[in-house]
Amino acid sequence: MLAHSIVFYFFSLITIFSSIMVISSKNTIHAVFFLILDFVSISCLFIMLGAEFLGMITLIVYVGAVAVLFLFVVMMININFSELKSGFLNYLPFGSLIGLVILLELFIMVGAWKYKDNFLTTGEIVINKEITNTQSIGNVIYTDYIHYFQISGIILLVAMIGAILLTFQKRDFLKRQNIIQQVSRERSDSVSVVKVETYKGIKIDD
Amino acid sequence: MDIINIIFYDTLKIFALITPVLITVALIVWLDRRVWGLVQLRRGPNVVGPFGLFQSLADALKFIFKEVIIPAGANKIIFILAPIVTMSLALLAWAVIPFSETLFVSNINVGILYLFAVSSLGVYGIIMAGWASNSKYPFLGALRSAAQMVSYEVSIGFIIVTVLLCVGSLNLVDIVLAQKNVWFAIPLFPMFVIFFISSLAETNRPPFDLPEAEAELVAGYQTEYSGMMYALFWLGEYANILLMCAMGSILFLGGWLSPINIAPFNLIPEPIWLIIKILFLFLIFALIKAIVPRYRYDQLMRLGWKVFLPVSLVWVILTSGFLLYFDLLPT
Repeated sequence: MLAHSIVFYFFSLITIFSSIMVISSKNTIHAVFFLILDFVSISCLFIMLGAEFLGMITLIVYVGAVAVLFLFVVMMININFSELKSGFLNYLPFGSLIGLVILLELFIMVGAWKYKDNFLTTGEIVINKEITNTQSIGNVIYTDYIHYFQISGIILLVAMIGAILLTFQKRDFLKRQNIIQQVSRERSDSVSVVKVETYKGIKIDD
Repeated sequence: MDIINIIFYDTLKIFALITPVLITVALIVWLDRRVWGLVQLRRGPNVVGPFGLFQSLADALKFIFKEVIIPAGANKIIFILAPIVTMSLALLAWAVIPFSETLFVSNINVGILYLFAVSSLGVYGIIMAGWASNSKYPFLGALRSAAQMVSYEVSIGFIIVTVLLCVGSLNLVDIVLAQKNVWFAIPLFPMFVIFFISSLAETNRPPFDLPEAEAELVAGYQTEYSGMMYALFWLGEYANILLMCAMGSILFLGGWLSPINIAPFNLIPEPIWLIIKILFLFLIFALIKAIVPRYRYDQLMRLGWKVFLPVSLVWVILTSGFLLYFDLLPT
C-alpha cells in the first residue's frame, strides 16, 4: 500500500508540475509538450485508481490524436509573444472572473462530494467488482445513459461536418486525379501507330 | 523485503524479454537487407560472420564510435529526447505481448488498448525530431509522417474493433484463445489485408516511406541526426516493425497456437510458433520493400481516408450484424 501511495503521489506531482509549466513556459512548443506530459500522467493516475479503460482511452484519444493535431497547429503558426502579452491588463478582469467561477464550482463540487452523501446521484450505480471496468462502463453507458451517449456522439458529428464545411472550397483550376478514369483508359484511346513514309512526313490533326 | 523481491524478479523478467527482442531487431535488420539484396540479384551483407549475420553488430560498433553532432540551431533537449522516445516506446509495448498462455511480462485487462496507445504515441519521436532539428527537410518529413500515422491509426482502430467483436475481451491472451478453432485471418481476411497494409504505413515502411523519401526530403526527420542517435532511430523503427508483426500475428494468425492441433505441429513449443509467425510477416514486409515502388503522398492519403476507412467501417457493421443475427456474440 505504501508503494502504491508513493507512486500515486509521484504521478500527482508530475501532473501538477506539468500543468503549471503549460501556462508558464515561454516557448509555445514546450508548453504543448508539457500538456502531453500532463495527459500521460493523468492517464497514469487513472490506471493507479483502477480505471484502466479510462486511462488507456485518455492516452489514445488525447495524447495519440488530439495533442498531435494541437502540436501541428502550434508548430505551423508563428506566435508572437510580445503581441500576446500586450493586452494583458485588458483581459485581466474578464479572465479573473472566469477563474473565480471555476474555483467556486470546484469548491461546491468537492464540498458536496465530501460532506453531503446524497447530493450526488452516482451513489445509485452499483459497482460490480467481479467484472472488468471496461464491461461496467459499457453496462452503464449503453443502458441508463444511452440517450446522453448518442446525443454527445451527434454533437461531435455535427462539429466535424461543420469544420469540414468551413474549410471546404471548390477550386476548379486544380487538376484532380480520377483513378477510375485512369484505370479504364485503353491503349486505343490515346495511342495510334502510324506508318511514316520517308521524305513525306505526316500531318497530325489534334 | 517483499517489495525488493518483486522488483528484482520483475527486472529479471524484463531483461529476459528485452535482450532477445534487441538481438532479434539486430538480426531482422540483417534479414531485411539480405532479402532486399537477393530480390535485386545482389548478395547483400555477407562478409561479417557466417552469412553476414554479425553485420548489424559491426554497424552498431561503427555508430558508437562516430561523433554525435547537434546542429547549432537545434533545440537541444528535444533533439536528444526524440530518438530516446522512439526507442523506449518501441520497447515498452513488448510488455503485454503473450508468448504462451503463461509466458508474458504482464497480462493486463486492456492489453490491446495498451498496444494501440503505445503504437499511436510513436509519432511523437518523429515530430520532436522534425521540429527540434530546426531545418526544412526534417520538418516536412515530420509533418508528413504525423499526418500519415494519424490517418492510418483510424482504420487500425476499426480493425481492432472487428476482432474485439468476435472475442468479447480486450485481453490479449483471450484474443489468442478465441482463435482455437479458426484463426481470424480466415473469416476476417479483408481486415487482415487492410491491417497489414496499414501497419506498413504506420511504421513508415516502403511503399509508404514518404517521411524519409530520399529523392525529395534527403532523409526526412533523420537528416540532422548522426552517430548513436541515428542508430537509435533505426533500432526503434525496426522494433516497431517487429511489434506490428507481433500484433498482426496475435490478432489474426492465432498468436502462439499451432496451425493444426496434431502431432508434429503441437510438439513445437508455443513461443516458437509466435516467433515463426512474426518472422513470416516480417519476411512479407521485407519483400514488399524490395518489390513495390513508393506511393505519391496524395495517393497515400486517398488510400487511408477514402478506401480503408469506409471499408473497415462497413466491415465493423457487417460483423456486428452477422454476430447479432446468428446469436454468436460472445458474452
